[in-house]
Amino acid sequence: MNLLSLFNRKISAPAARERLQILLAHERVHLGGQSDLVTKLREEILAVVARHVNIDPEKVNVTMERGDNVSTLEVDIEIPLDAKKKAA
Amino acid sequence: MAKVIVVTSGKGGVGKTTSTAALGAALAQRGEKTVVIDFDVGLRNLDLVMGAERRVVYDLVNVIQGDAKLPQALIRDKRVETLFLLPASQTRDKDALTEEGIATVMETLKKHFDWILCDSPAGIERGATLAMRHADTAVIVTNPEVSSVRDSDRIIGLLDSKTLKAENGERMDKHLLLTRYDATRAARGDMLKVDDVLEILSIPLLGIIPESSEVLRASNLGTPVTLADKASAPAIAYQQAARRLAGETLPVAIPGERRSLLEKMFGRRAA
Repeated sequence: MNLLSLFNRKISAPAARERLQILLAHERVHLGGQSDLVTKLREEILAVVARHVNIDPEKVNVTMERGDNVSTLEVDIEIPLDAKKKAA
Repeated sequence: MAKVIVVTSGKGGVGKTTSTAALGAALAQRGEKTVVIDFDVGLRNLDLVMGAERRVVYDLVNVIQGDAKLPQALIRDKRVETLFLLPASQTRDKDALTEEGIATVMETLKKHFDWILCDSPAGIERGATLAMRHADTAVIVTNPEVSSVRDSDRIIGLLDSKTLKAENGERMDKHLLLTRYDATRAARGDMLKVDDVLEILSIPLLGIIPESSEVLRASNLGTPVTLADKASAPAIAYQQAARRLAGETLPVAIPGERRSLLEKMFGRRAA
């Protein structure tokens, strides 16, 4: 390392902070301790909705976001146009 | 009734055992009966850090399997008479710990102690989940470093889902203990700052333990750092963390943070 690169060296902590924030936002949804809960919620919500409309189980997205004070549960279900008919 | 604390981190080598010994000794020095339990079956080390490695006869697994009574396995510290160690087994495998066995041991200890500190093994396997199972409060030991912060976040998720408190719908009390902190490197921008870690993990701060040669020195001697050089920076930081655990409200100072002459004259920095 020469003297010039020593002066030009950028500080690294902001990069650590940013990488962690992005990574953890993702991991909290996919691996967090609440993943069991999300799986359960997904199944039960799916069952209730499927009683009234035909839905594609693949087109259901349930995510949970953990925040400081509140967590939000997001349920995203795609309902096809011809789904009005009641499931048997 | 005892307060049960788990000292945990996910990542290995961040200072769980050092912190358990230091906090346990500091709490016991307040005159309150304290037991530190090693949950790291197969890789026990709390006995060594406490300087009691040659006094281990029976261990936690012996008690659970009925080969020894609990008082036979408890080792009383030679320096602080209210401090006890319950060592882990070095020879058995980790499956020797059963959920029922741990529950029985914890129930008995709760009747006789003011503080029960559970030193968790690294990882998220059985030993770690059993160590946190009965806790009221968790001390999450974290280094200001990306992999440690990530693993701490994972452990926070487990504390909120796999513990008895969580299963009963209660809120687990979680505290961050930031260890190996170097204020100079943080100020230079080459180490995550206290506020960065707090913002990412969003749990309250129990204390900041500075990077210090005193920590290695104390473990070389088999003395909890709070009993070694009581005036050293890490000893003071651990003593204050122990007082906060006991419910005192103390401002958290950042150890080793350099202040300019002006700042010294006019108090804390203005910005």
